[in-house]
Amino acid sequence: MSGTWITTRAWLLMLPLLIVMVAVIGWPLADTVQLSFTDAKLVGTSGSYVGFDNYLRLVSGNAFGRTLFTTTFFAVVVVTTEMVFGVLAALLLNQQFYGRTLLRALLILPWALPTVVNATLWRLIYNPEYGALNAALTQIGILDAYRSWLGEPGTALTALIVADCWKNFPLVAMIALAALQAVPRDVIAASYVDGASAFSRFRFVTLPYLAGPLMVALVLRTIEAFKVFDIIWVMTRGGPANSTRTMSILVYQEAFSFQRAGSGASLALIVTLIITVLAVAYGTVVKKVAGSAT
Amino acid sequence: MNRFFGRTLLSATLLTAPLSVPAFAETQINALFMAQAAYSEADVRAMTEAFTKANPDIKVNLEFVPYEGLHDKTVLAQGAGNAYDVVLFDVIWPAEFAANNVLVDISSKITADMKSGVLPGAWTTVKYDSKFYGMPWILDTKYLYYNKEILSKAGIANPPKTWEELAADAKIIKDKGILATPIAWSWAQAEAAICDYTTLVSAFGGDFLKDGKPAFQTGGGLDALKYMVDTYKSGVTNPNSKEFLEEDVRKVFENGDAAFALNWTYMYNMANDPKDSKVAGKVGVVPAPGVAGKSEASAVNGSMGLGVTTASKHQDEAWKYIVYMTSQQTQNAYAKLSLPIWASSYADPAVTKGQEELIAAAKVGLAAMYPRPTTPKYQEISVALQQAIQEALLGQSSPEDALKTAADNSGL
Repeated sequence: MSGTWITTRAWLLMLPLLIVMVAVIGWPLADTVQLSFTDAKLVGTSGSYVGFDNYLRLVSGNAFGRTLFTTTFFAVVVVTTEMVFGVLAALLLNQQFYGRTLLRALLILPWALPTVVNATLWRLIYNPEYGALNAALTQIGILDAYRSWLGEPGTALTALIVADCWKNFPLVAMIALAALQAVPRDVIAASYVDGASAFSRFRFVTLPYLAGPLMVALVLRTIEAFKVFDIIWVMTRGGPANSTRTMSILVYQEAFSFQRAGSGASLALIVTLIITVLAVAYGTVVKKVAGSAT
Repeated sequence: MNRFFGRTLLSATLLTAPLSVPAFAETQINALFMAQAAYSEADVRAMTEAFTKANPDIKVNLEFVPYEGLHDKTVLAQGAGNAYDVVLFDVIWPAEFAANNVLVDISSKITADMKSGVLPGAWTTVKYDSKFYGMPWILDTKYLYYNKEILSKAGIANPPKTWEELAADAKIIKDKGILATPIAWSWAQAEAAICDYTTLVSAFGGDFLKDGKPAFQTGGGLDALKYMVDTYKSGVTNPNSKEFLEEDVRKVFENGDAAFALNWTYMYNMANDPKDSKVAGKVGVVPAPGVAGKSEASAVNGSMGLGVTTASKHQDEAWKYIVYMTSQQTQNAYAKLSLPIWASSYADPAVTKGQEELIAAAKVGLAAMYPRPTTPKYQEISVALQQAIQEALLGQSSPEDALKTAADNSGL
């Protein structure tokens, strides 16, 4: 059988799926790109061509820079914290101890909660008048009086970050735990014999096995954190004074509240572009890590 | 046809058969309401059931969303092509909905009885450019609620008549150590903050727009924000107000942690319910105060109406349903949490009994209702003002600068 025929057959076999993918992903994307160059409204007019006006107006507006910074800050802090706590939790749950199975089952609970439920829960915890956090902190003497957590720009974003980390670090922990199971015991045993310290064992024996799966978790979580919407919408709606407004909230406001479908589309495409760049960058790193591990 | 396939087909036919033969419901209409206290979901369902009992040929599918999602859901459904037939809409949306052709102009369907029977102020809820886009349904404004026990403890004989007096009374309560922060408002970054601000704008005689251009950054509009910032800085306003929505205000008031609170009609009977409220029997309600030399009382038009969407294929049935829901008979039967739009209801003992104080406040408040700006760009003004209010409260900018920025960002 000739090589050309194999290639042709491969393409033929993939063709139905490719057609479906182009229809499901390509067409809406092309439609959005087209929309982003118009002044279309959500209902009523389909708009006329305005060139790069939407992009220029959004990028030069005062909301864009600030929102991009808030979103990046949120994503970086959230993902870093989740990676650290996720790996620590996985290492702990990989030890032999009584009640490990129960703890492993409990770990998945925050992640399994719907985001809106999680957000409502934390909103109650942070309640300035009757919240559990205020009660706990005043009772152990850290705070003198109840205070507002979600109403102050200084604490609102941090409060959201804590709530998001609580919900999502179990995903990282689960992935890391699965990877830990795959570390060959004889390698660990050998490192004991060689007298490696606990840190050296983690750094030089365990971590190389974790790196690949953790990269996957990193990519997934970064993309999700960057497009965060629901938890913030429920807890602060972007307030106080827009200090927790992220890119997705800005897109929502532009497209749906103000009904400017055209400029909403261009903003959404900017977000997509940023995420694509991140995904490609990560992909390159993943390839390198995978290459060095084998 | 193999046996498995045949059996599957048969059972599928059997399953769907009962669905395709409706007993009476020949027309189905979809209605979008809001999930809240007044009218409650249970009330709306009961009203609708009574309607379908009287009209067995119409089936009404109900859907409820929180207020915060009502506008966007309406617009999105319309844009997506699966629009509702009947939608509940806020007083601030008719301009936008008319400009974008979301609601049907039903001016020709309003009868003479309706025109003369419904309170004039209620009509402003559904009117834009002298056309009617629905029937008013929830007639509402913000009242000043006060805790009678706290006021008498502080030696204050009468509830305040002016906003200045209110701040002074609150200071007395604070200085006597009865409550650290006596006034509760809903100043979260949401529409709720604009309702409180509008109440104050009406008291200080301000204007939102003049000749279609922003005018809130000077005069009464500026005085209103300055008042908010002053009471916040002096500590008589509960500082958590800047993350409160109306329900948070209600909880604080019902817990006895507020001497004064600005809230909608529904709070009166809820705060007087001993099951949930610690202040039952101590709830006082008056029209929101005025400003010496400028106004006797103040009020925001927070009413809502029911309209028919342009995408509806059953506009006659939808209108029939709206007429039933807004009828005097239906409204009188559910007058405990939301007051009727019909003038003569206010003399009906069945409506007034047990809530005489609220009715007295309503007579003044409803007559003083002040509109938020009527413009298709309302959402943009609102978002800009929400930001301005929060920035001024947080001290990030002065009231003057904050409102000036809002005027620049309002899109007008």
